[in-house]
Amino acid sequence: MDKKTPLYESHLRLGGKMVPFAGYLLPVQYETGVITEHMAVRNAAGLFDVSHMGEILLKGKDTLLNIQKLVTNDCANMYIGQVKYSPMCYEDGGVVDDLLVYKREEESYLLVVNASNREKDARFIKEHLFGEVTMEDVSDSIAQIALQGPAAEKILPKLCNIADIPVKYYTFKENVKVGDMNAIISRTGYTGEMGYELYVKNEDGEKLWELLLEKGKAEGLIPCGLGARDTLRLEAAMPLYGHEMDETITPLETGLTFAVKFHKEDFIGKDGLLSRGEPKRKRIGLRITGRGIARENCPVYAGDTLIGYTTSGTHLPYLGFPGAMAVVTKDYDTKNRLSVEIRGKKVEAEETGLPFYKNTGK
Amino acid sequence: MSNLLFTKTHEWVEFLDETTAKIGLTDYAQKELGDLVFVNLPEAGDEIGAGESIGDVESVKAVSEVYSPVTGTVSKVNEELLDHPDLINSEPYESWFVIFEDITDKEELLEKAEYERFLKGEE
Repeated sequence: MDKKTPLYESHLRLGGKMVPFAGYLLPVQYETGVITEHMAVRNAAGLFDVSHMGEILLKGKDTLLNIQKLVTNDCANMYIGQVKYSPMCYEDGGVVDDLLVYKREEESYLLVVNASNREKDARFIKEHLFGEVTMEDVSDSIAQIALQGPAAEKILPKLCNIADIPVKYYTFKENVKVGDMNAIISRTGYTGEMGYELYVKNEDGEKLWELLLEKGKAEGLIPCGLGARDTLRLEAAMPLYGHEMDETITPLETGLTFAVKFHKEDFIGKDGLLSRGEPKRKRIGLRITGRGIARENCPVYAGDTLIGYTTSGTHLPYLGFPGAMAVVTKDYDTKNRLSVEIRGKKVEAEETGLPFYKNTGK
Repeated sequence: MSNLLFTKTHEWVEFLDETTAKIGLTDYAQKELGDLVFVNLPEAGDEIGAGESIGDVESVKAVSEVYSPVTGTVSKVNEELLDHPDLINSEPYESWFVIFEDITDKEELLEKAEYERFLKGEE
């Protein structure tokens, strides 16, 4: 039985097309459609229910030591109010999940994990905890709403004290008042645009959602579904667990080297990643120049040589052409024409830099 | 659109004469598929049997096949759709997919009222 987020009734009222995703019923789109929702986030603002995301609290004297062991990034010098992105690896270097680390207090951290991996993550973390630390999975009591797009910074101040809004990317403020609700405001997102992610208690979820929609209407804010969330992150080339990384694709192979810190004394997967040596694969961007749309798991060829597979792909709505990300062998012969096999047919493609889309501050 | 007939796989058929017909996707189909961004059409001269694929349409999220409601020969394809698949979203009953000629057989086709009843059952 799929669970409902605290915003379920709102989605129905707004005409959301509900689909099961990671154990929850969530809107894949509203009546506006994926492309309109996508463009709203690029040009104005969009509102997403991301309550399905998992939230895991770690507390106690040895919390930092545990986090340093669990994740590949270095969290030693984080300040209170800072957010850090990191993969979490198995001993062999394969990826358990990628997550955000929030430093709340010296001995209190919040981990935000993928909905589909939440239970696996909680088990994995629990198995590896040592010393004085406690873990609590608080996912079921928290609603998370993402306000994304250039107009977000005009909308949010209508609901709260401007001093309570985090200014710097990857920072957050806790226990701030939004409307009359207690919230975490995080200057983060998964769209490639400026924006915020707000965390409130379940009971406040619907109220915050409705309030944001009301106050944001004049700025062009519309509700957006999972469809646009996926096309936005793809256009911005943000990796998604189960696509650009998984048990078999390491962080180094998928271009997350910046979040793997070998100078750390130890972390789970350090030896595994080191013993694999220099990665033989890399993540690239493909622009499909022939006729077709590549989805995930399409074979990628350089000439007649199979060099890898696409990991995600779709029509990129803002850019207006089909694109895909792929993990391919590093040393393929670039003199050969690239092609992607789409339902049995080879379709021409060319390598492009990632991200496909970058906000240039419009 | 009074003389349109419909399939249970959500194509519409407009017979221009006994052996010639235009085929397109219904309003219900375009709504279910969402924003269309890509279309694959057959070629003029292709001989296609009733129930066989005549191409596919892709939305941002997924690809769906379009099935031929008739057995016949493709006489014309709507090439405008190649550059503007979104026309199927905005004008589903104007945006025909292909025209068949020499039609020798057809699938079970529903009258408008029957198709609407069928859709109610789908929901």
